[in-house]
Amino acid sequence: MLKTLWPHARPYTPWILAGIACSAAEAIFELLIPLVMSDIVDVGIANADQAYILRKGALMVLLALCSLALGLGAAVASSVAGMGFGANLRRAEYDHIQTFAFSNIEKFSTASLVTRLTNDVNALQLSLMMSMRLMVRAPVMLVSALVLSIRISLQLSAVFLVALPLLTAIVAVILVRVGPLFRALQEKTDALNLVVQENLTGIRVVKSFVREDHEREKFRQRSHDLKSTSQRAFGAVVINMPLMMLIVYGTIIAVMWFGGQMVFAGTLEAGKLITYFTYISQILISLMMVSMIFMMFSRSIACAKRITEVLSESPSITDSAAKQEANGPAVPADGSITFDHVFFKYHTESSEWVLRDISLHIPSGKTVGILGGTGSGKTSLVSLIPRLYEANQGSVCVGGRPVADYTMEQLRESVSMVLQKNTLFTGTIRENLLWGRPDATEEQLWAACRAACADEFLERMPQGLDTDLGQGGVNVSGGQKQRLCIARAILKQPKVLILDDSTSAVDTATDAKIREAFAKELKDSTKLIIAQRVNSVRDADLILVMDGGEVVAQGVHEQLMKTCPIYQEVYQSQQEGVSLDG
Amino acid sequence: MAKHGPGHGPGGGFQKPKNLRSTLRRLMRYMGRYKPLLALVVVLLLVSSACTVGGSYLIRPLINDYILPGDFPGLARMLGIMALVYVSAAACSFGYSRIMVHISQNTVAKIREDLFDRMQDLPLKFFDSHTHGELMSRYTNDIETVSEALNNSFGSLVSCSLNFTGTILMMLVLSPLLTLITFAVLAVMLLVVKTVGSRSRRYFAQQQKALGEVNGYIEEMIEGQKVIKVFNHEAAAKEGFRTRNDAYRSASTRAQIFAGMMMPAMGNLSYLNYAITCCAGGILAIRSGDLGGLAAFLQYTRQVAQPITQISQQVNTVLSAVAGAERIFEVMETPLEPDEGKIQLVRAEPGQDGGVTRVHRDTGFWAWRKPDGQLIPLRGDVRFDGVVFGYDAEHTVLHNVSLFAKPGQKIAFVGSTGAGKTTITSLINRFYEIQDGTITYDGLDIRDISKESLRRSLGVVLQETHLFTGTVADNIRYGRLDASDEEVEAAARLAGADGFIRHLPQGYQTVLSGDGGSLSQGERQLLNIARAACANPPVLILDEATSSIDTRTETLIERGMDRLMAGRTVFVIAHRLSTVRNAKAIIVLEQGSIIERGDHDSLLAQKGRYYQLYTGLAELA
Repeated sequence: MLKTLWPHARPYTPWILAGIACSAAEAIFELLIPLVMSDIVDVGIANADQAYILRKGALMVLLALCSLALGLGAAVASSVAGMGFGANLRRAEYDHIQTFAFSNIEKFSTASLVTRLTNDVNALQLSLMMSMRLMVRAPVMLVSALVLSIRISLQLSAVFLVALPLLTAIVAVILVRVGPLFRALQEKTDALNLVVQENLTGIRVVKSFVREDHEREKFRQRSHDLKSTSQRAFGAVVINMPLMMLIVYGTIIAVMWFGGQMVFAGTLEAGKLITYFTYISQILISLMMVSMIFMMFSRSIACAKRITEVLSESPSITDSAAKQEANGPAVPADGSITFDHVFFKYHTESSEWVLRDISLHIPSGKTVGILGGTGSGKTSLVSLIPRLYEANQGSVCVGGRPVADYTMEQLRESVSMVLQKNTLFTGTIRENLLWGRPDATEEQLWAACRAACADEFLERMPQGLDTDLGQGGVNVSGGQKQRLCIARAILKQPKVLILDDSTSAVDTATDAKIREAFAKELKDSTKLIIAQRVNSVRDADLILVMDGGEVVAQGVHEQLMKTCPIYQEVYQSQQEGVSLDG
Repeated sequence: MAKHGPGHGPGGGFQKPKNLRSTLRRLMRYMGRYKPLLALVVVLLLVSSACTVGGSYLIRPLINDYILPGDFPGLARMLGIMALVYVSAAACSFGYSRIMVHISQNTVAKIREDLFDRMQDLPLKFFDSHTHGELMSRYTNDIETVSEALNNSFGSLVSCSLNFTGTILMMLVLSPLLTLITFAVLAVMLLVVKTVGSRSRRYFAQQQKALGEVNGYIEEMIEGQKVIKVFNHEAAAKEGFRTRNDAYRSASTRAQIFAGMMMPAMGNLSYLNYAITCCAGGILAIRSGDLGGLAAFLQYTRQVAQPITQISQQVNTVLSAVAGAERIFEVMETPLEPDEGKIQLVRAEPGQDGGVTRVHRDTGFWAWRKPDGQLIPLRGDVRFDGVVFGYDAEHTVLHNVSLFAKPGQKIAFVGSTGAGKTTITSLINRFYEIQDGTITYDGLDIRDISKESLRRSLGVVLQETHLFTGTVADNIRYGRLDASDEEVEAAARLAGADGFIRHLPQGYQTVLSGDGGSLSQGERQLLNIARAACANPPVLILDEATSSIDTRTETLIERGMDRLMAGRTVFVIAHRLSTVRNAKAIIVLEQGSIIERGDHDSLLAQKGRYYQLYTGLAELA
């Protein structure tokens, strides 16, 4: 884990070292102050030497100022290093996610990836910063205070022989006891959250079956479990403080007793005894800090693990097999598509194929309609063409060569796909369209918008192409969004254009106009159209009918209407179920 | 997309509550039931502070009266007293922390349960308008911060103030002159807290803003990751991230530097105080010889600054807790689902004269019981009369819809996505309130029927299956909680789910998790049907699954559905030809209006739109 994380902190090594040095030096300076104080008591007061007291006082002020400067230095260095490390790590993780294939993204789920990039990284950068401030300070404080107290009186320091092991033992016992309790706490929290989560997703079921009270009862049980577990866990933690206090006070009393006798016997000055008290609190406070650091670390480790998981996930699709041509990477020659006995499933461990033994050939420039119920494998089929997923068996060829021969960049430059769940991004419409082609001219932009029938509503917008979309494109309707997504895809002038049910929110007349425009504007592109509406595909050069992961029939509309019973059934049910608004 | 407000992440801090006072008051009301315990906590805090502060004072007589003169029996006695004082300080501190844990965890549990209780009665509209992430964050983030604040901050705020006051008092007792020095340094400290604090707050606000931007960008890009891939847009996405990440880096570095300065500044100012006090005290001690007084005073000097630092830290925790509590209370204040109906659903038995009598066993007959005791047999006659509805005021989804379902009829809705099919079925069980018109059930306005009774009389099979973590039997039993094992299995057999359940590793006791993730879509649908069958309702609402399932399962589901529908009034959102064909009435919807209705044959005879579509004559408009 450290091996994965450290490189991101490495550029800040000087800052880290400086921070550590500063906080170590600060701790030592702080400890010197009480030592000077004892001189004031034992020499200054004893000899009634005012000048000596003032001189030593000035020295103390100087020491305090030095320590202040060092403390501020540590604050600066630790902030720079901690935040810098966080920024580097976040960026590395983000950049790594950019190399992920679809299957990698699905493995983690978007929500979890977002958490790993935000909360987890923030927790880690905070703990690096805090540990730079405390981690060094505490042990340095502990050791130097010990050294100094031994120098004051070896004999008196014997009390630490009892106090320190006792304290360590207590901290250890508490940590050991608290660990499992907090794990249990986490489990109970997860269990509670699960009830809420399921309640939220199934709220319609809950309400339909009038199961609100049942849900309440479930929640109350989990809530009660959580409550008693957290009372146990926090109850174990609060014992920490009073126990520490007891040991500190016990040590002070012991020092008073033995030290008092030594002072009377003249083997120890009174001032040294007072200094001793200060050191005792320092030593014990440092130990408490150490135990706090441990607690903080147990949380960071969980975060670090989750980040490492992302960083060490290797992209399941890479360019490794890409062929180099004489003048750069291979480019698809045309828009022809061939599937040769393709088998595919999303998870290698699942028993059923999502696509079974698909073989087909689509010549360049044709329009292909794909029909079939949800789950019949339409989306999976077209996803293999831009290599969003990889076929498990068989080969998928574009432009006469296997898709793996091209770099992903070249392949996806030539294959444009409008996804089912499509997204527009914060920014203006223009910025979003330029995704398709960064150097597009005004005319090209409008041409694409016309082809996608987006021009009609764009012209009505006061800012036209420069209309701000808001986050996730909230300022346009569903149908407008789909048309913009199509325009964005057209701008690429792709060799293959795939529309995955991309006109579902567009009215039928516009849908027809868009298809008409395709035929004119994208003559040379191969067009694959997945549609719910039968009429969206009936004019296609080829219609594929899919069912249960297989292409059960292919042909033109009239042909299929005569020969394919499934097509007839699909066609009619589509008509009744979906197209009644036609 | 879940929108995280800035400051939801850790390390955030400065979320200002909108209405501090009333939220605090409400929070206090929650703790109100623990008044005696809270009083005890205050007493323990007082004792513990007095002991801690007083204990240090004992150093003075110890040194002056016993150590320096060498009175060892007296020293032993004094140390004994000191030990007693310290032990009670520790015991009290343990006691109050323990009680606070008890109070805070109970309070938090109560708030949590109230929130959940309340949420169950909120209208669906509320769930439609809030993302799950947003609502989950009430339970995860907000409750967490409240719990943290109750656990630590409130106690430590009180104890810090007490310690501070006590320490200052003791210092005044020991030496008013030296206390002046401390006052001067404290004034400087307060100034530092104020200036560094206000700058740090400003920088923190900037940090939170930058963090919000990074998080927002991350969320948007990760959500749209697939589009990024399809468009080869990785480089630009990286670039956009880098600018925001760098902005956050510099903002957070600045904020953390200032926040980090507080500790060393306060700590070393306290050392400065120590040094000056030591000098002045030393000079004073030359005259008075009060060495013990100096030692005790120095001890106080070290302690006095600590509460200030702690209070300045805790205030932020408390503020974000109050902000969290505010968001929780906001949810609790959302108006509940209206449920003013008084008519109840009761089991009944048909009498000889056509009337019904109420019974308390399962007869298969049901009746509506009016508040005056009158019984009306449940027949399943549902009518819409001029119903107007929109999910929000501006957009009307259903325009003047009138329809009727006679008892035992099967009504099929057909129409395109967004035509309003699901909306109509959601109105029957009153998930949403209609804007105009009436919906009657056996002649009763559904608004006069208690919601619980209304929904109990309707069985629903939703298109999207939702299963809960638990055994298969538990999930079927969700339809009727008191169903026996035999009844559960009978329901499964009726739905045609029995076969696959028996093949599961533990049969009916197989534990499902993650929304039944280990089952296929078809199997989940079968369990859904079994759940409705278990409820055995007089009226059914079915949203046929569109997901194509393998043909064998599909036949199973079809058969299960048909068995379930037999003899009941059924509203079905149809996707299959067979369903439509044997429906008593087919209602064709278009953009929220009924354009045709009738049975299959009469619609065909009408030679209208349905006929055209059915025979494939319809062309694109």
